[in-house]
Amino acid sequence: MTLDDQVRGRKLKLHDMCLRDGMHSMRHQITLDQMVDIASGLDDAGVPLIQVTHGDGLGGSSLNYGRGLHTDREYISAVAEVVKNATISVLHVPGIGTLDELRMAADCGAGCVHVASHCTESNVTEQHIGLGRELGLDTVGFLMMAHMTSTDHLVEQALLMEGYGATTIYCVDSAGYMLPDDVTARIGGLRTALEDATEIGFHAHHNLGMGVANSLAAVAAGADRIDGSAAGLGAGAGNTPLELMAAVSERMGIETGVDLFKLMDVAEDRVLPIMPQPPRADRDSITLGFAGVYSTFLYQAKEAERKYGLSARDILIELARKKMIGGQEDMIEDTALSMAKERDLV
Amino acid sequence: MDKIKCAIIGPGNIGTDLLYKLLRSEVLEPVWMVGIEPGSEGLARAKELGLKTTAEGVDGLVLHVIEDGVQIAFDATSAYVHADNSRKLNELGVLMIDLTPAAIGPLCVPPINLKDLAGRKTMNVNMVTCAGQATIPMVAAVSGVQEVEYAEIIATVASKSIGMGTRKNIDEFTRTTSAAVAEVGGAAKGKAIVIVNPAEPPLMMRDTVYCETVDEPDQEAITASVHEMIAAVQQYVPGYQLKNGPTFEGRKVSIFLEVEGLGDFLPKYAGNLDIMTAAAVRTAEMFAQDILDGQLELEPVKENA
Repeated sequence: MTLDDQVRGRKLKLHDMCLRDGMHSMRHQITLDQMVDIASGLDDAGVPLIQVTHGDGLGGSSLNYGRGLHTDREYISAVAEVVKNATISVLHVPGIGTLDELRMAADCGAGCVHVASHCTESNVTEQHIGLGRELGLDTVGFLMMAHMTSTDHLVEQALLMEGYGATTIYCVDSAGYMLPDDVTARIGGLRTALEDATEIGFHAHHNLGMGVANSLAAVAAGADRIDGSAAGLGAGAGNTPLELMAAVSERMGIETGVDLFKLMDVAEDRVLPIMPQPPRADRDSITLGFAGVYSTFLYQAKEAERKYGLSARDILIELARKKMIGGQEDMIEDTALSMAKERDLV
Repeated sequence: MDKIKCAIIGPGNIGTDLLYKLLRSEVLEPVWMVGIEPGSEGLARAKELGLKTTAEGVDGLVLHVIEDGVQIAFDATSAYVHADNSRKLNELGVLMIDLTPAAIGPLCVPPINLKDLAGRKTMNVNMVTCAGQATIPMVAAVSGVQEVEYAEIIATVASKSIGMGTRKNIDEFTRTTSAAVAEVGGAAKGKAIVIVNPAEPPLMMRDTVYCETVDEPDQEAITASVHEMIAAVQQYVPGYQLKNGPTFEGRKVSIFLEVEGLGDFLPKYAGNLDIMTAAAVRTAEMFAQDILDGQLELEPVKENA
């Protein structure tokens, strides 16, 4: 069966990440005006889900990850005021955000939550998935760095989240490491094991330029939701550019309900102008995808390069060797300091 | 010499590690291990080591508290059940050392405020969390030199060292640690981040402490204070080490720590277990010594009507 046969006629929900994952590349400094402008454009283009949170989720504003220009409350409230049809979603990582912050997000108008954990640690999400359901949110289990474990183990972890009450489960390629066969195996495994009513999602990073190809592989294997970002604005070399995914979907007869030209205009006229530079697979971003490193490590690795005269690529390779996972940004400076000491640079 | 008899509630990772440490204590004697699953490995292990065991929870213990002379109990279960456990045992005059993040009683990080608790007649002492025990001494080391406006800690623990209790309580764990970073550490505001890393072989516990001082940091004084505090913690956790820092950038002070355990129950990577249980033992030993010296008499707590 050709790829076209597998996907034609399928319905797909596109979920925009540029106002959350894009926060990383904007160093969490998106203004309220920019956010409102972009969110209302995405809403008008028919994008059904728009994520708005600090890059590291609710409560992510910190010295470790970078302080937000505004609070999550301010961002979510501002977007909730202008969005007419889209659902606002938030990212929530147990261990970073607290239950009170999730309650706040729901109060401000969020209707969907991605409750995230590392791909092998989903049993830290029980309280947060439970609260998401209790608050009546579209509650998603979000298994990050999913390349670091086998399909079988990922499926076990997904079943736990489903048991806690998640009604959608994501396979998240946080490092942009996966190739299409990796995606096919994981999404296929999830589709077989989870309840028919449970939706499946895929979240890509474009570090090896595979965002659209991997997302298509995910749809072919049974994914119902695909994350992407207008103009690709996201950590590392960005997420799957949402307007590209929409264009390819339309050619292949996948029904997204999104107005392609309007979405292209949002990317070009509203998102591109706010970026200091368009996301590009530079040598450090390729290293993320090649070695399997959490995409947001890019920025602090580049800072450490400037500060200590080390190569960001060397730092990222060392972080991969030490099996650092999402959230361990503190270990970038620590690793750089240790490397600089060994090389007599400090 | 007489020893004060103790019970441990919760035969998981923390309870078992605690048991090994109590067996070495000169003033504490573990006599009961309390669980809720008859087939649990932890209960079987405690029995082999000569303890009495019950799988009936705290209700199975209260029947024997008086006849066996239990005076101190360690709760290593979960924040959800701690209040109930504490009430039942306090009524019998048993002092509760709380290793859950319930935080009902005063928070205790030994090198900072253990001495303040002596003579306060408290019947419940909370040990914060492993992340708190590992990082709050460093916050206090900085706040002891000059005013700290904000402190943030990031604790990374090996997946194998974190049991189900902590995972189900991750929200209490995060909130109790954040609150204690401010309250015990002496920062105006505190934040805690907890990461569970599944790498194989397991990673040593890592902790990072960031402090923002109100004025320009006094680098020399802070560095000296940090080294002094490291030595104070090393007295009960020998594997507590400064890996990098303190480094200074504007008003931000960064301290990078590693905690190697003694390998009592889980291997040495599980420094988070050690720092928690060693702190709890040190706390209980102070109260035990006061009881033995006749300076402290535990009294049953009457339920408020």
